[in-house]
Amino acid sequence: MGRTLFDKIWHEHVVADLGNGVALMHVDLHLMHDLGGGPGLRTLAEKGYRVRNPELTFATADHAVSSAPGRTEDTNPVGGRLLRMLREASASNGIRMFDLGSDGQGIVHVIGPEMGLSLPGMTIVCGDSHTCTHGGVGALAFGIGSTELVHVLATQTLVQRKPRRMRVTMDGTPHAGVTPKDLILHLIGLAGAAAGSGFAVEYAGPAIRALGVEGRLTICNLSIELGAKIGMVAPDDATFEYLADRPMAPKGEMWDRAVTHWRRLNSDDDAEFDREVRFDADALAPQVTWGTSPEHVIAIDGRVPDPDGAGDAGRRASMRAALEYMALKPGAPLEGLPIERVFIGSCTNSRLSDLREAARVVKGAKVASRVRAWVVPGSTGVKRAAEAEGLDRIFRDAGFEWREPGCSLCVGANGEMVEPGARCVSTSNRNFVGRQGPGARTHLASPVTAAAAAIAGRLVDVRKLGMEPWKNS
Amino acid sequence: MEKFLTLSAIAAPLLRDNIDTDVIIRIDRLVGGRPDELGKYAFELLRYLPDGGENPDFILNLKPYRRAQILLAGANFACGSSREPAVWALQQMGFRCVIAPSFGDIFFANCFQNGMLPIVLDRPTVEAIAAEVEADPEHGFVTVDLEKQTIVSPSGRKIRFEIEPARREALLAGLDEIGMTMSREAEIAAFQARDRNRRPWVYR
Ligand code: SF4
Repeated sequence: MGRTLFDKIWHEHVVADLGNGVALMHVDLHLMHDLGGGPGLRTLAEKGYRVRNPELTFATADHAVSSAPGRTEDTNPVGGRLLRMLREASASNGIRMFDLGSDGQGIVHVIGPEMGLSLPGMTIVCGDSHTCTHGGVGALAFGIGSTELVHVLATQTLVQRKPRRMRVTMDGTPHAGVTPKDLILHLIGLAGAAAGSGFAVEYAGPAIRALGVEGRLTICNLSIELGAKIGMVAPDDATFEYLADRPMAPKGEMWDRAVTHWRRLNSDDDAEFDREVRFDADALAPQVTWGTSPEHVIAIDGRVPDPDGAGDAGRRASMRAALEYMALKPGAPLEGLPIERVFIGSCTNSRLSDLREAARVVKGAKVASRVRAWVVPGSTGVKRAAEAEGLDRIFRDAGFEWREPGCSLCVGANGEMVEPGARCVSTSNRNFVGRQGPGARTHLASPVTAAAAAIAGRLVDVRKLGMEPWKNS
Repeated sequence: MEKFLTLSAIAAPLLRDNIDTDVIIRIDRLVGGRPDELGKYAFELLRYLPDGGENPDFILNLKPYRRAQILLAGANFACGSSREPAVWALQQMGFRCVIAPSFGDIFFANCFQNGMLPIVLDRPTVEAIAAEVEADPEHGFVTVDLEKQTIVSPSGRKIRFEIEPARREALLAGLDEIGMTMSREAEIAAFQARDRNRRPWVYR
């Protein structure tokens, strides 16, 4: 029987078979951020261990740094303390860090692929659940907790149970205005937020192949919102083209050797999956969440569902609580709903192609007076590249705030939050209760839908704006 | 790590699906707060009113459930972020065991690193235990025996549960995973030596 992409990479990393489907796995790349990195290194020292492979470990600051224009590390004092702790511990352990102001600083899941740190076939971990993002370049990447993080620092390995395999096949060609974000939100609505629990997911099919690497990163990013801690796309020429010449990618003869190796990383034709899901992207409308789980998602021209129609008690309870929190009624349309905040950013949608697409909607228009709209580029590299193309001018002229790279409003760990009761259209990945601040009401959407909402002051169907199809590098 | 052998305690039903780790413990409590005060802030937005007072309607604020050490939860419990303090916050509230139809994968793994027992049972069984508890909360004792892999409901019904053998052993013995892996250093070194030849670009 053939093997899946996941099986091939898993197999290459087994240090020891511990029986019953559990293995000691080698970790090729460990990424650390400001919230977990410093404390993790401190715990390691307290336990009397040392970093086994500092050369396979990299750090950056993203969660707790301010995104305010002209920020310093102390604009958010708590963030400054965490940053210095990480900086000092990294230096004393020989770990390379991308500090504030350097190109490699940014959201850890943006800088990994962007710097060429994250490569096909690698095992990549980070103390953050959206580590699944790196699967977009064909890596086996997943989030870990703080005890596992210390385990990786001390041993460069992890004890893992082999997950089951799921394949999601996306057919067809999406309509103009329908983006990778819409594809993955639709899948979560279709299959549910727990569908991927216990699975490693491979995304395949023509609609995935047609995407550039950044779109694949967006898709893989939301795997955890499907319940799967691993999501991946088999690497291909688009992947190799994207990674070639990145600062940390292999060069010259080493690059050729690597590409030869990576070309074998795909699922065999006769590979079997434990679960298959398939849908057609042709008929899809832009997706927007109405509730407090990413599975609470509908087409922009749809209506908020009625909890009474939901299958079981747990689901009904969750939907009712969500409607109350979001101040919405069953049967209400989403289109036309007035909004107060727009956030374009996060490890889901803060890359150059996201900003380009949003800028196309914004160009020449003005942000509605009732709306406060932010663009937070995913990394210093993205910010500089966007500025070189003049994207910052487009956003600023329209009335957007053009901010400094980091997680910012995605989670509010740096103190930046949406006001209680305010409605925010956000390109991030979690619409959980209080995620963007206590009482904040989050509607997850694509960068183009968020940009259009900023201009209109309400939720709109971007297909009516006469968009060109999503372009994506 | 603290051992888990048996537990006989009040169980509290919180059967809503998709309770996420942001609801269990907010990020601002992790960034600015003290690690030993997490319990106070567990389920913060459900447990307290905007004025800081207790929400009298929230189930874990009700009298018998304040002593609960077992949580009966809905599907996809603790989905979302990888934050291990979600486990610590539950522990500081007094919980040592969560029973649910399914869990967030990362939270599930984090439980085993901290002597917390997550048990997967199908939804009707969780709901049935919850119904027994709710019939008489003051005496809603549930007994969990990890050695025998059984749960005894308040009415005395015996329910078997499954758990990975290695994880069961680690919990029963309170084993430290890092120490166990450190003893395999020779295997790790041998792996890296082989791998360096095969995939040299990984080792930068
Ligand atoms: S952008 Fe949001 S989801 Fe991504 S790593 Fe930062 S806080 Fe987590």
